[in-house]
Amino acid sequence: MQALLDVDFEVRNGEVMALVGDNGAGKSTLIKCVAGIYSIDEGEILFKGEHVAIHGPKDAAKLGIEVVYQDLALADNLDVVQNMFLGRELHDFLFRLREAPMEQKTSEVLKSLAVTTIRSVRQPVATLSGGQRQSVAVARAVLWNNRVVFLDEPTAALGVAQTKQVLDLVRRLAEQGLAVVLVSHNLVDIFQVADRITVLRLGRNVGVYEKAKTNEQEIVEAITFGAPAPEEVVA
Amino acid sequence: MSSAAPAEIQSVAEEQDGLIGIARARWEAIKSGDVGSLPVIIGIIAITLFFTSKNSLFFSAINFQNLIGQAAGVIVIAIGVVFVLLIGEIDLSIGYASAVAGVVVTELQVPASGHQYPGLVAIALALLTGAVIGLVQGSIIALIGVPSFVVTLAGLLICQGIVLKVLGFQGTLGIQDKQINDVSNYVLTKNTGWIVAIVFTVILAAAGFGSYFSRRRAGLPTGSLILTVIRVAFFGGLAFLAVHVCNKAQPNPGVPLVGLITLFLVVLGAYVASRTTFGRHVYAVGGNAEAARRGGINVKLIRILVFMISGTMAAMGGIILASRLNGINLDAGGGTLLLDSISAAVIGGVSLFGGRGRVSAALAGGLIIGMIANGIDLVGYTDAVKLITTGLILLAAVTLDTVARRRQAAAGR
Repeated sequence: MQALLDVDFEVRNGEVMALVGDNGAGKSTLIKCVAGIYSIDEGEILFKGEHVAIHGPKDAAKLGIEVVYQDLALADNLDVVQNMFLGRELHDFLFRLREAPMEQKTSEVLKSLAVTTIRSVRQPVATLSGGQRQSVAVARAVLWNNRVVFLDEPTAALGVAQTKQVLDLVRRLAEQGLAVVLVSHNLVDIFQVADRITVLRLGRNVGVYEKAKTNEQEIVEAITFGAPAPEEVVA
Repeated sequence: MSSAAPAEIQSVAEEQDGLIGIARARWEAIKSGDVGSLPVIIGIIAITLFFTSKNSLFFSAINFQNLIGQAAGVIVIAIGVVFVLLIGEIDLSIGYASAVAGVVVTELQVPASGHQYPGLVAIALALLTGAVIGLVQGSIIALIGVPSFVVTLAGLLICQGIVLKVLGFQGTLGIQDKQINDVSNYVLTKNTGWIVAIVFTVILAAAGFGSYFSRRRAGLPTGSLILTVIRVAFFGGLAFLAVHVCNKAQPNPGVPLVGLITLFLVVLGAYVASRTTFGRHVYAVGGNAEAARRGGINVKLIRILVFMISGTMAAMGGIILASRLNGINLDAGGGTLLLDSISAAVIGGVSLFGGRGRVSAALAGGLIIGMIANGIDLVGYTDAVKLITTGLILLAAVTLDTVARRRQAAAGR
């Protein structure tokens, strides 16, 4: 089945790029291609201007591309530290876990992102609130010195206060120099944190909009009916 | 920052309050659903008191020595069960897989059969057989995606068939090889027993204090030093007490070798599960297989390896059971062995839904099941009472676990 056709998408360091589109527009598919979950049939991925091949999650991770999924990809039974290092645990030559540096690093990263609501990094993730869980998932992206972070609907399941908490976190990621891609249905959220907005529709590009030069009305029209006249599109 | 501060103050307070503070913190943890090993300890004490009141022989050195031999097979098999349950799967083949290993080890020592090997070689080949059974089942489960319940149910039938096929002819086969018989029947000398207790305590202390001081060096919250001392003293003391009691048993004083083997396998399993990357990945697969996969963990490989551990541990249990009987017969692997092994893990606190539990559960749960069986035999109750009691305790353990989990989740949010 063809989910994406002729899609161009870019994101720069230090910016929050929103990726929007109706259900079935291909947002999740696009993310999964870049993350190495799906392999692409055609097209190319440029990273820092160079061609790269991504065949699996490990390739993406090696490049510094991290995806924070809608369903979080956290293991409830493990604690915060264990989740932060899931699949990439620090170990010695005998494959013994090095808990102390992992815990230190986790605390440092949470502090650098001003995530202060988590009482103990040795708390199982099952006992955290939705916003805290999202924070852990986002912090994991930072922990690995990632350059590009995709956030898939990070605020979908959150209340007002927790949404603000997460959006602040998204802004801080960009301020730390990362390229942040925010996938969301919530235009209010997007206009709060995004610098630019890419609209997808039915697996194709509609256009890229600068937040400063557009409004919600225009974006809704682009999502629903597709591209306006080409000259309005900011490349 | 405001909400982080109280936690820090609280943890400092806990350290300063000493024993009372620890007791209070522990009580808070229990109230919020983290019951730890408390139910098991209470269970063991209650069972001991009950049976001792019925028959004073229960609390005797010879019976303690006997109990180790009786419970060892189930405990060792249950170690494998813990790993399988941790990834959220089930292995129903362990009972008859253990019998197949028993048949292999027995067959390979039959004198003048043309396939007689030294005892240790026969044991190694029997263990390998168990690993291969696990490899085949694990591969079908992980690579093709057939539910483990069905695959291992088929494995159960096939293994039972193999045992019948090989033994059906004479129905029973004896073990003459000394090395194989020694597995369950050799008793360590008194001094070797003491050395074992010392080594065990040193390992315990090294693990406990090692992690305490490495955390302190790294500037991390360490928990209480007193608590570490208490833990080492308690379990070390238990080891010395066990050796002391075994050394008093007549007519054959000393710690049974099989007790040492069992303890070694439990400690090894606990180490692998809690301190290695493999163990961490096992928990991750059980907690959220999709998250594990996205994190770059080879979920299929972990599943296959876990079923291989289960098969190997079942084989070791089968060897222990065959050695205890000095042979193998058509009853091997049947009866309540399968359910006892799974119950042992669950009673010890391992969740049936994956991701939660410890390897030491095999030891704790296996001991409880062994004590009930032993006590009911001593007092002279029927098997009916044994089954009903074990069933009720299993039910109580799972219910307690479910309630505790709910409280834990509620306390966190």
